[in-house]
This record gives sequence, C-alpha cells and structure tokens, in this order.
Amino acid sequence: MKNFKSILAIAIVSILFTSCSSDDDANPLPINEEEIITTLNATLTSAGNTITLSSQDLDGDGPDLPVITVSSALAANTTYTGSLDLLNETEDPAESITAEIEEEDDEHQFFFSSSLVNTAYLDMDADGNPVGLAFTLTTSDAGTGSLTIILRHEPVKSADGVSDGDITNAGGETDISVTFPISVE
Amino acid sequence: MKFFVMLFAICFSGIAMAQKCSSKLNGTIDDFHDGSKIIGASLYIKSLDIYAITDLNGNYKFLNLCDGVYNITVSHIACETKTLDIEVKGNTIYNITLEHHVEELEQVNVKGASLKAQTNSSQETLLKSQDLENYSSQSLGDALKQVSGVNSINTGNTIVKPVINGLHSSRIIVMTNGVRLQDQEWGIEHAPNIDINSAETVSVIKGSGALAFGGDALGGVVVLSPQRVFLKDSLFGKTIASTQTNGRGLSLSSKLTKTFKDGWYVSGQGTFKKYGDFKAPDYNLTNTGLNSISFSLNGGFKTFEKGFNVFYSYLNNEIAILRSSHIGNVEDLVTAINSQQPLIIDDFSYDINAPRQDVTHQIYKAEFYKRFKKFGRLDLQYDFQNNQRFEYDIRVGDDRDKAAIDLELKTHSLKTSLKLDSDHGNIYEAGVTTSFQNNFANPNTGVRRLIPDYDKYDVGVYAVVDLTINEKLRLDFGARYDFNYYNAKKFYQTSRWEERGYDNDFADLVIDDLGTQLLVNPKFEYHNVSASTGTTYKVNENNALLFNYSLSNRAPNPSELFSDGLHHSAARIELGDLRIKQETSNRFAFSYLFSTEKLTLNLETFYNHINDFIYVEPTGTEQTLRGAFPVWSYKQTNAYLLGLDLSLDYMFTNAWSFKNRSSILKGHDQKLDRPLIDMPSNKTINSLHYKNEKWYNLNASIESELVLRQNNFPDNNFETFIPTTNETVLVDISTPPPTYHLLHLHSDVTFALSDKTNLNVGVSVQNVLNTSYRNYLNRLRYFADDLGRNVMLQIQLNY
Repeated sequence: MKNFKSILAIAIVSILFTSCSSDDDANPLPINEEEIITTLNATLTSAGNTITLSSQDLDGDGPDLPVITVSSALAANTTYTGSLDLLNETEDPAESITAEIEEEDDEHQFFFSSSLVNTAYLDMDADGNPVGLAFTLTTSDAGTGSLTIILRHEPVKSADGVSDGDITNAGGETDISVTFPISVE
Repeated sequence: MKFFVMLFAICFSGIAMAQKCSSKLNGTIDDFHDGSKIIGASLYIKSLDIYAITDLNGNYKFLNLCDGVYNITVSHIACETKTLDIEVKGNTIYNITLEHHVEELEQVNVKGASLKAQTNSSQETLLKSQDLENYSSQSLGDALKQVSGVNSINTGNTIVKPVINGLHSSRIIVMTNGVRLQDQEWGIEHAPNIDINSAETVSVIKGSGALAFGGDALGGVVVLSPQRVFLKDSLFGKTIASTQTNGRGLSLSSKLTKTFKDGWYVSGQGTFKKYGDFKAPDYNLTNTGLNSISFSLNGGFKTFEKGFNVFYSYLNNEIAILRSSHIGNVEDLVTAINSQQPLIIDDFSYDINAPRQDVTHQIYKAEFYKRFKKFGRLDLQYDFQNNQRFEYDIRVGDDRDKAAIDLELKTHSLKTSLKLDSDHGNIYEAGVTTSFQNNFANPNTGVRRLIPDYDKYDVGVYAVVDLTINEKLRLDFGARYDFNYYNAKKFYQTSRWEERGYDNDFADLVIDDLGTQLLVNPKFEYHNVSASTGTTYKVNENNALLFNYSLSNRAPNPSELFSDGLHHSAARIELGDLRIKQETSNRFAFSYLFSTEKLTLNLETFYNHINDFIYVEPTGTEQTLRGAFPVWSYKQTNAYLLGLDLSLDYMFTNAWSFKNRSSILKGHDQKLDRPLIDMPSNKTINSLHYKNEKWYNLNASIESELVLRQNNFPDNNFETFIPTTNETVLVDISTPPPTYHLLHLHSDVTFALSDKTNLNVGVSVQNVLNTSYRNYLNRLRYFADDLGRNVMLQIQLNY
C-alpha cells in the first residue's frame, strides 16, 4: 500500500503538472465567416439602360439592418434582362458567392415575387430545372410596389409549381430573402 | 516412513504444548470509530472449538491456552467479521477493534419508495438497478422520469436532459462515480454524456441541499454510483440486449466485476447502441438516429480502513437531429409551425446526416481514502474530463463536411474531504474542491464562435453537520462558499457590441480592434454563498416528516454571458448578456412520508424563490439578408416555483399493486407578473402491477401517462412580414401542445439457469395506442410529433 500511495501521489502531481502547463496567453484567431452572403446585386438591362437593385448587410447576422438601394425607377411595358450577383464583402477582396451557387445549381433556386412585374427564368441546372441567376423581368403599366427575391437552399425542385417559380411547395432553407421597393413609370 | 515421522511430531508437539498450557489471552474489543466498548462480541478459536464473549466492559479472556499461534474469528452483529492470527506467549493481552458497517447504517430505509443515501433532510429518491435496467436502451433523462417531479427537456427523443422541479442544465449537478460531470451542460441541446448502464444506483436529490457536491444546484443533484464492492472472492456480471421496432434499433450492454476477499476489485462495462430513424404515428422522423459507444473501467482496492479507486470512462454519441428542424429564417419557421407534419419525410435509414452532433466525453479519476481510528475518513480525489463536441450543420460548398461548432472543454478537479463519524451517529464533514477549466473553440469551423475561449477557476469550501438528536429526530446544517473566476477572450461584431451598449459599460475590456470585430477580454469573478439546514422527524412507525431550507447562488454560465449570434441549428439569434449576475435561490421543502405494510405515501412540496432568475426567451426579430430571425435573449427576473410531487404505492395483495406518480408545478415571473417560460406541465402516471413468483417470477404492468396541457405560459408570439405572401403574420411560438394520454405495457419473466445465473426476458410496448402527441418541453415540437408505438424485447442475463 505504501508503494501504491507514493505512486498515486506521483501520478496525480505529474498529471496536474503536465496538464496545467498549457501554453496559451495567445489571443484566439478571428473568424471571418466564409459562407456569409453580405450583398445581393440585381442588374436589369434593357436597350442600354441599366438599373441596379442592391441589398448590403455588412455585419451579416449582426444587428445592423441591410441597406437596400434601387438606382432608378423601371420603365413601363419593358422587358429587362436580369442577372444576380452575390458577394461576401467581409473578405478583402470581396468573395463571389455566385460561382459557388453555379457549381451547386441543382441545390439552389431563386424565387421572384411581385405584384407589379413578371419574371421568367433564363437559366437551368443539369436536370433542366430553373436556377434564377439569369432571368427576364417584364413591366406593364406604371405603379409602385415591391420585388422580393428569395434564394432557397435544397428546395424540392420537382415539387408542384416550383419549376414555374412558385415557392409554395419548395421547402428547403432560405439563404436570402430581400424585398426591394420598386416603381414603374 | 513419512507417516511415522508425522505421528511422532504430532505426539511430541502435543506433549510439548501440554506441558505449558496455562497461558491466558485477554483484551478488549472496541469500535473503530468512537472507541466505545463492544459488548457481546464473540471470539472463536476453531482449532480448539472454544468461544469467548465480551462482557459489559468489552473484555474477553481465554484461559488455559498453550503457547502458540491461534487463528481466532471475531464477530459481532452489524460488524465486519474479522479473522486474526494471535500469538500467545505466557499471559498475553491483545486488544481488537471492530468496524461497524457505518455506510450501511447511514441508509435509513424508508419502506418501499425510497432509500436515503446522500443527505439527511433533502427530498431524495434512490433508483436501484432493477429500476434502471428497463431503461438500458434509453438515456439517463428517460430513466429519471420515474421520479415524480422529474421531467425532461428534449431535442427530439435522443437528446434528453433531466428537469428537476422545473429547473435544468446548469442548475443540475450530475455526479458519476464521485466526479462532477463537466460536459457543456449549459445548452438545452447538450444531453448529459453518461451511459445509464454504467450506474448501479442513481440518487435524485431535489434542491441544493447536498452541499458537498456543489453550491449551485438550484434544481438538484443526480448521483450515479457504480457497483458496490463486496469483500469476497467473486466474479459476477450481467448482459442486457434489447431490440425495438421504433428506430429499428439495438442496444447491447455488458458488465463484469471481479472482487477479491482482501479488497482488490476490478470492473469493466461497455454499451453499444444503434438506432435508425424513429417514427411518429403517421410518418418517419427523418434523420433521428443514434450511434453510441461507451465503456468504462473501474478498479482499485477497498477495505474499511483504506482504499483507492481508479476510473476511466469513454463515451461517444453520434446523434442525428430531425432534418426538418433545420430552417432558414422566420418565414421557414412559420411554414413549419403551420404545417401539420415535417416538411421532409424520407424512407427509413440508419444514416446520420447533418444536422448532427458528435460528442465524446472522457473521464479519468483517481481517488484515495483512509480512515483513522476514533476519528473519521479522509478522501482525496483528482479527476480530469475532456469533452469534445462537434455540431454539423447543413452547409454548402467546401464547408459541407466541416463542423459548425467545435468545442473542446477540459476540466481538472482536485478535491479533498474529511468526514468525522466517531461521534455516535453525528457526522461532521468538511471539504475543499478546486477546479480549472479551459474551453477552446476551434476557429477552423469558419463560423463565428457561439461560446468563446475561456479559462475558468473554481474553489469551494464546505462544512456539513448531521446530528442525531434521538431515535426520532435528526438535524443537519451546512454551509458552503464558492469562488468562480472567468477569463474569456471573445470576438464581438462591432455593431453588436454597440447595439448592446457594451461600448459604454465595458469599453475597458476591449484588447484589440479589428474594424468590424472587437476582441474583448472579460475577467469576471463571482462569490457565492450557499447554506442548507433541515430536519427529519419520525413521528411514529408509520409517519415521518422532513423539512429543509436551502440557500444557493449560481454564477452565470458561459452561454448566459457570452452567447452572441446566429445559432444555426436553432435558426435563432441568441444573445447573452455580460451584465448578468448570479442568481440566488431560497428553497423551502416539506415532505410527509407515510408507510404501512400495504401503503407507502410520499408527499413532497417546495417553494423555491429565485432572485435574478436567469432565463432565455424570444424578444423579437432581427432582419438580415437572409430574412428575419427570432431573437432569444438571456434575461433576469425575480421568480418563484411552487410544486407538489406525489408518490404512492399500494399493495392490494401480494400479487397486485398500484403506483401513482404525480406532479404539479407553477413557475411565476414576479417582475412581469406572468408565468415562466418552459415549465413542465402537470402530469400523473398511474400503473397497475401484477407479479407471480410461481410463474417464473412474472412481472406485468400497465401504465397510464397523462400529461396535461401547460396553461401557464408567457405570450412571446410576435408578428413578422412574410415577403412571399406579402402579408404580416403572427408567429405562434408560445402556445403549448394539447393534453395527451399514453398507455404503456411491460412484462418480464425470469428463468434460473443455475445457482448464480438467471435469464430475464422482457417485452414492453410504449405508446400502445400509437397516439400522436407533442410535448411542450421538446424543442422539436414545432416540427414533428413525438414517438409512435414502440415494441421492445429485452433479454438480460445475470451471472
């Protein structure tokens, strides 16, 4: 028993000694979130005329609200060609998320909803389902309203109406949801 | 030739002894603890077949002995029988000490319902191995629910945290084999990392009265004890195998213990569990499986006077979390709440996909104790725990298989205690506990840390006195002081830091400014005082009363202080508060126990007043590019909890008996004058049991579980704008699910295979009627129903 006691004592002391002599007074490393989408830019062009809709939220999940800007009003009875660009601007230079979505386009789909304008998909994934990075936007008469752009991750693209742009049965998780105030003149 | 030599030798020695056979052996026998004389102890010399009995002064004597060495057996009721080799040479005096089974005596047996073990006046229930074996394939949290007043808060059905009298997580201490579990217990989705099969008994102590374990257990203490060691040469064990329809799962657990007469022992135990997707009555709960592996080794040396114990335990749980519970923003939450069933239902699978947890917990322990004559027992223990938690989320691109949370929590504890038990039934205990804890949040996740890197130091000192005034009355007093110190390094988003007003209150904590992020170094210390006093009074053979008052303080945990940001797996923004201070509980408990041959009744009431009660509740939404998210904030208020727990056992005949376990609880926020959030609802469990020893020890029971709707809840509903439908809707995250009633069946038979081996075969059916229900305290109640019918077959071999 005596031997055991001294062995135990030595064991305890050595464990304490080795374990408490941990290194660090060093500061932890900062984390810049990689997957975060800070910025959605929608560009609408028609006959050399370009309109930009932008939503930027530089603190991501932080308390600051997204800053939403629309460069100008849309023209009535016009068809615009639209494209979307997604950025992570917490990194320098800004990282493009658009490329990532293009790579995994079968797992992503944008949905557009507006009482004022009509949209149609211009792009497709390998399965022939829409994605929405490229689209057309058609205005009719003048008025004011809004345009909501939603990006769903892992939607059920085969569900009823989803490939026509109806979000009702899409499921999945919302990666982006932005509502732009728009007006048609 | 040999024979003649032997014969000669024997004859000669006989003559030689006969010549000097006038020696006397005498002495006294006294108690090891208090030195009192032991009366009526018997001494037996087997070779001569003669006895001696100690007189009123504890004296014994043997006359007319021959000189030589005698093997003498000393025995007394309630004492360990001792065998000694005593050399007699002329008139010899030899004093002997005997050991009372003190530890056995400490357990005052309250018939039927409970055994007292850890405390005097606390409301305590002991679950024995038979009570635990039926839960072999489940979790600790499930097993504890057989104690009235104990519920669970769940994330699905494999992450089960015990709730004692309405309190959980950091307010409950879990002790396993003398080690206080340190496994990131702050989180609701962090279940205790313990295999129920590793325990032989589990004691549930309500309230903070058990000060030796800690001063901050406002809810209670759960004490898991391993197999007791007996001082005899023995090898025994058991194996439990069970399989069940729901989850198409298998659980296998085995335990083997070897003990030796001289005190050495070694024990090994291991459990393996595998479940696939569970099923609600109407659909599969996609991605809810579990893989669990655990084992432990326990060994050492144990005698009455001294001993040591070394213990190692390993547990790995890989837990899938309901796929449909992973949502994007508040709109997805509204969709989920309004949908009657989960949005993703796939075919059955054993796959464990994201979202999932992968948690490994290891415990290393070494303990040593020694008893000193007429004094008491000194205990010294060191333990080290390593908790590694990975949480995987549904992520995109290169991060797909990367953990979103990667926390490693290391805890070293050193504690010593001195227990003086030499004073006739009065016990005095004092101790010191120290611990050092380091949390490391791995930055490789690429997700901002929810819990920061920190070092924590704790020192506690306590003293407890347990006095036996007379046969009927016992009193206890205890006091404890704890010091907690946090040294954390945390990054805050500059915008969050300012939004919370920390730039005014905590500007001096900032040690580095990275522009959009600030590195801050909070160093917080807390001084906590706790105390407990109580009494047990046996009115007569049938009636007993118990009263206890406990004061306790609990320092905020890291999540209450530092949480900040989007909790992806919960789709909510969780905000801790650096300003949170400790909470203080004053708990008054009163119990009435009635027992006769047929009826055992245990009525426990309590009133727990908590100043600065820390809680988390929804406080609105925050808009991000991904849409709006509900914000859950940690807050403090003054609150009280008031409850009544009833246990009733009635034996109609030897074969038929009835059990009732019921609990009522009310939690109220006094500042806001409204109910507290997340309080377990009232419930009653009634069961009818039949046993027949002639039919292979048949046990059969039918159990009715009635859980009432929680009608006392705060209204945290909020309105949010849904862009897709262009309307503002009410997000109902408050309304509790309706009342439900479940029926369960159980039966088992035991076959004796040999003297020491028996085989127990049990069949049980849970939720016999396949009732669809949801529980208020299940975090996944927004997304899916709870479990449907489950038929389980369990085979247990005891050897």
